Formats: sequence, C-alpha cells, structure tokens
Amino acid sequence: MIPTPDLSHLNSKDFRNIYEPAEDTFLLLDALEQDQDELRALHPSICLELGSGSGCVTTFLGSLLKPSLAYMVTTDINPHAAVATVATGKKNGISIDTVETSLVQGLLPRMRHSIDVLCFNPPYAVTPSSEIAGNGIEVSWAGGIDGREVIDATLPFVKELLSEKGIFYLLLVSDNKPDEVVSLLQVEGFNAHICLQRLAGREKQLIVKVTRRT
Amino acid sequence: MRLITHNMLQCHVKNCNDNNFPLRLEEVEVELVEADFQPEFLQNIIGKLEWPAFVNTAVQLGNTNLPATIPDNAKDNEEFLKVLHTALLETHVQQGKMVCPNCSHVYPIKDGIPNMLLAEHEI
Ligand SMILES: C[S@@+](CC[C@H](N)C(=O)[O-])C[C@H]1O[C@@H](n2cnc3c(N)ncnc32)[C@H](O)[C@@H]1O
Ligand SMILES: [Zn+2]
Repeated sequence: MIPTPDLSHLNSKDFRNIYEPAEDTFLLLDALEQDQDELRALHPSICLELGSGSGCVTTFLGSLLKPSLAYMVTTDINPHAAVATVATGKKNGISIDTVETSLVQGLLPRMRHSIDVLCFNPPYAVTPSSEIAGNGIEVSWAGGIDGREVIDATLPFVKELLSEKGIFYLLLVSDNKPDEVVSLLQVEGFNAHICLQRLAGREKQLIVKVTRRT
Repeated sequence: MRLITHNMLQCHVKNCNDNNFPLRLEEVEVELVEADFQPEFLQNIIGKLEWPAFVNTAVQLGNTNLPATIPDNAKDNEEFLKVLHTALLETHVQQGKMVCPNCSHVYPIKDGIPNMLLAEHEI
C-alpha cells in the first residue's frame, strides 16, 4: 500500500487559496498506483507535474518510487500552490522543487526529451475564456471553452518533454471531449488510451495514458 | 530550489535566444539540507546536466569542489559522486534572484521558489 500523502499541515484557510485534493486528484493517484510495477521498472530519473496544487500527486509518486530516488519537479502558476507543494513533499519525506510559472515556461529547452513521468490534473471546467487569466484559486478549475483551453495549450509540449521511455498521465472529464484529445495525441504519433475512468457525481472523469510509439 | 533545478531554467523573454543560460545567481541565501545519497540516481542524472554551467554556479556559491569536466570513471568514483550529491541535491537557494546574462531580466527566488512568470508584454 502506498500511503496517501499526509496533508495535515494544510488547513481550510489554505484551501481557500489552493486546490484541495478531490475525486480528480484521487483518480490520478489510482492510475499511478495501478501502474506501480511499470513505474518502478521504468527507473524514472525526472518526474514533472504541471499544476501541482497541494503537491499531493507528486508526493504520492515519490513515495511509490521509494526507495528509488527521482528528481521530482513541479510547476504551478499559483504562488500559494508552489509553496504548498514543497511543504507537502517535506512533510512526507519527498524532496520536491517547484517552479512558479505557466505550464513549462522557463523549463524548455533544458528539459527537452528528459521527462520520464509527466502528470497533469489540469483546470478542466467549462468556463468563460476570460477566467483563465490570473493566478488565484479560480485558475484551478477554469478551463475556458469545453474546459479545453489549458489542456490544448499543453498538448504541443508533450512531444518536447517526454523522454524515449516517458509516460504522460492526463486527467480529463467528459466535457473535454476526451476521445478527441486521444485522437489528437495519436495523430501526433503517440500511443494514447483511457486507462481509468470513474463517475464523480454526474461528471465522468478519466485518465489518458500517453507514451511514445516504439 | 536545489541547484539541479537552477540547471534546468533558462530565460524565456521574447527574442532573448542567445547566451540566456545559465541564469546568474545574485544576492542569494543558501541552505545546506542533508539528503539521502543515492549513487544510482546520480549516475543517471549526470547526462542531463549542463556541466560547465553547473560548475560555474557552484563556484559562484563558494563551492569549488567540482571538477571542470566530468571524470571518465564518474559512475564508480564514489568521492566524485559525493561531491556531486552535495552540490546538486543538498544545496538549496532559499532567497535571491536569477539574472539573465543576455537581457538582464530578473527572476526572483522567494522561500526556495523560483518565479519564472513574465508579464504579458515580455512573452
Ligand atoms: C485541478 S487543480 C489540480 C491540483 C493538484 N495537482 C491536484 O491534483 O489536486 C489544477 C492546478 O493547475 C494549476 N494551473 C492552472 N493553470 C496553470 C498554468 N497555466 N500553469 C501552471 N499551473 C496551472 C492551478 O493553480 C491548480 O493548482
Ligand atoms: Zn533573457
């Protein structure tokens, strides 16, 4: 059993500024756990998470890989989330470095083709496009048209980031037209399929798993 | 932020394309934090580092223990791996700024978090 990260250092006041782990977060954890043997056998040296929020996902991944060590690095556009991610890692014995930035700005070209595990639980809710701008709690969910605007901005980077053996886990909901995202990735030459899905209330949430075609 | 992260960051101001790496550290507060020594990890990560940039940065912070080039026997040279471990994974920049050597853009580091965000007109 991989321990669910201890978040007791964060309280309800913190969660007014940063995304509190929810069903989507836990679905992503379950997808990682489901693949734990494969992930350990991969011997990842660099794991990157975009929009790490509380840091729950990367902390969990770091624990899953133990006793092996990988360089765990995350980004978030929300400064509170960046601080929380580092703190959550520390609380759970996982060293995480977090960069305050949008998606991967500043990390390329250096990280080109070097990410072995890439995770993203993006802002996926359907909202007016204007809500995407900013760096507060609202950008945790604001996804613009079809909830796809931040997701679509991320897709071109996947090719840049993934190493030869790299795996990308992306959370989507049914509003995001997941089949369309899967085919977009396949057209780009990736292997992409839905590896896990679940109903959260009326919303279907799912994880797309992406690898390079070999 | 550990030095491994500093080695991954590059200026991304619009039209700043040359000589924009590594970002120069200024007015920094550094903390040494002990971390588990894992030779296998170090062996795998060496190839992903920009070595001269890493050595120069360590020197800026007063660490002159790194060799100018990666030793041929790096993978089983425990003494070298220990020095690498300290510089790469135990050296944390807590406060300060990173300055682009080309366009002089300043990226702040606060409480160990580097801020690479740019204003709309800089992208
Ligand atoms: C749905 S939350 C997920 C948080 C956390 N990973 C989890 O699973 O609980 C989305 C996260 O993405 C961040 N985010 C939104 N837009 C971003 C962008 N352009 N670049 C980086 N992070 C972004 C938000 O601040 C938020 O922390
Ligand atoms: Zn510059």
